[in-house]
Amino acid sequence: MGLGVLLMILVVAGLVSLAVGARALSPAEVWHGLFAAPDADRRLTEIRLIVQTVRVPRTVLAIAAGIALGVGGALIQGYTRNPIADTGLLGVNSGASFAVVTVIAVFGFSHPFQYVWFGFLGAAVAGVVVFGLASIGRGAGNPLTLALAGQGVTVFLAAMTRAISLSDNAALNALRFWNAGSVAGVGFDVIGPVTLFIVVGLVLALTTLPTLNLLNLGDDVARGLGVNIALTRTVGIAAVTLLAGAATAACGPIAFLGLMVAHVARYLTGPDYRWLVPYAGLLGAVVLLVCDIVGRLVVRPGELDAGVLVALLGAPFFAVLVWRGKLRNT
Amino acid sequence: MNAADVKSSVVPGVRLGRVSFVWRPWMVLVTVVLAALAFLVFCVSIAVGDFPIGLPRVVATIFGRGERIDEFVIMDLRMPRALAGLVVGTALGVSGALTQSIARNPLASPDILGITSGAGTVAVFLVTVSGGTTAAIVSSIGLSAAALAGGLGTGLLVYFLAWRRGIDGFRLILIGISVSAVMESITTWLLVKADIRDVARAQAWLIGSLDGRSWDEVGVALWGTLVLLVVVTGAAFQFKPMHLGDDVAAGLGVRYSAVRAVLLLCAVLLAGTAVSAAGPVPFVALVAPQVAMRLARRPTPPMAASGLVGAVLLIGADLIARTALPVSLPVGVVTAAIGGPFLVYLLVRANRG
Repeated sequence: MGLGVLLMILVVAGLVSLAVGARALSPAEVWHGLFAAPDADRRLTEIRLIVQTVRVPRTVLAIAAGIALGVGGALIQGYTRNPIADTGLLGVNSGASFAVVTVIAVFGFSHPFQYVWFGFLGAAVAGVVVFGLASIGRGAGNPLTLALAGQGVTVFLAAMTRAISLSDNAALNALRFWNAGSVAGVGFDVIGPVTLFIVVGLVLALTTLPTLNLLNLGDDVARGLGVNIALTRTVGIAAVTLLAGAATAACGPIAFLGLMVAHVARYLTGPDYRWLVPYAGLLGAVVLLVCDIVGRLVVRPGELDAGVLVALLGAPFFAVLVWRGKLRNT
Repeated sequence: MNAADVKSSVVPGVRLGRVSFVWRPWMVLVTVVLAALAFLVFCVSIAVGDFPIGLPRVVATIFGRGERIDEFVIMDLRMPRALAGLVVGTALGVSGALTQSIARNPLASPDILGITSGAGTVAVFLVTVSGGTTAAIVSSIGLSAAALAGGLGTGLLVYFLAWRRGIDGFRLILIGISVSAVMESITTWLLVKADIRDVARAQAWLIGSLDGRSWDEVGVALWGTLVLLVVVTGAAFQFKPMHLGDDVAAGLGVRYSAVRAVLLLCAVLLAGTAVSAAGPVPFVALVAPQVAMRLARRPTPPMAASGLVGAVLLIGADLIARTALPVSLPVGVVTAAIGGPFLVYLLVRANRG
């Protein structure tokens, strides 16, 4: 029921997203831009260009990245059993930033499509390193160890990123735009593979949901019920890394989104992850898409990055929910 | 596991008048060793420089029996910096231990109480937005003071927003994260809009540094920290049972709501004094309590040891930044570069053991 409503909101937001921007389009023009065959009319060609190369890619990316970050946020809170875990916890954001800054400083890259894949690589490597470090020895996969190992690696990578950006102005310049987190400016050559990674991550995530419920009864109970804890946790963390890594590579680090929608989803559905995770995913998509739309409108003719607006608009709303005691501990 | 539980239930207690505590030799040993280490690093930090001074002479001068020339170099030139490291490290360590204890969450740190992000936003605003008002603010009270005001303002905002019939750890951290997220996104936006040269200056401020400290700045932070530490020590005896949960603590006779409110305010103010002396040095407050906990083998962050770990970490990082590295880096970067891996090392070792 709720999922249907969310889905409808998402569809409406998606259509609005196609029409709104520096140049507003009427529904008929959007329709034309999407489906009409190429013709000679100059104005209509222009509209087709706007819709197909600007509006559609950023709408698709906002939805894909929003779902990825929402699902990732819900999963990471489940696996670390920590209500303040965010998708950046496993070092994904800092790994991506570090890789981006490094390749800019070393190779002198200047355009996003040159360093997107390094960002993904950095995120993935950081995620694997964190999980590997937390899995050494007897206490393997202890949720607290995982979270703290993530913090340790994040701290280290952030320091390295700072050190490089302090000495290299080009890297600093790219970093400040990268940090804002935006869904605009990448084409389907990037979005296609990113969406593929996100889909793989989603499939992995969905397979672990029933076991994640058992895991949250405590390791001992879960083991007693026949859950292979190490396997579930590995698959789950791999899913989070894929989802957050892909989204971060394409958009830059978007903090707070995953954390926020996971809590709101928990408020809406209760603690059952089979419901909580889909809600979080759709909520993530709606929030990111709406923030992107609002970002196109508030500082015209310029734009405000979606990543900035997520915190600016989402946080006060979230704070009210917290204050009114609507949100429960994990 | 079981044997340890039994053992810990029979450790002897010590009672001095109204004050009693459990006698834990290992914890005392760790704290004493850390204190000695902090003093050693402090002295070495003073001894090293363009004009090297032997350690014995440093110690003699600190205790007021040095020669004139040493006294000038040490007391006027080098002491403020080393002392700033000591004070800031201690304040951040204790502040982090308090926050993590109150929130009962090892990922919590004063950073999420809004102090660092608020100070950062104000500083970046003043650096990047040029105009009559911002210039007037900077020239009248200075960038650090304005940033401190912003940080404390944000910290208190979080505190009061989270207040609803007392302070609750869960509500506090979620509100803190929300407010910090808003502040950080404003900072990001300001940086995107700004001129690249201003961005570099703002970035330098955002990392925190001990360069060029004067007695004025250090003095305020020193006295502030001392007063706050006294308050924390007084309240800390009430605090122990609170790790067991609100209900148990109340059953044991702790007025947990009042104690928690006071301690949290201390955490906010301690982090604020640290910002006033060194800017927003990241990560110390998060890492120091976790390191101290593992060194002292306690289930909760020990206050004294956390402060000392913070001090050792910060002065040590500053020492390394000044002497061992080929390029000059602010202490915040080096602290994070050392503190992060050290935390991971402790985690991995604990997992094996």
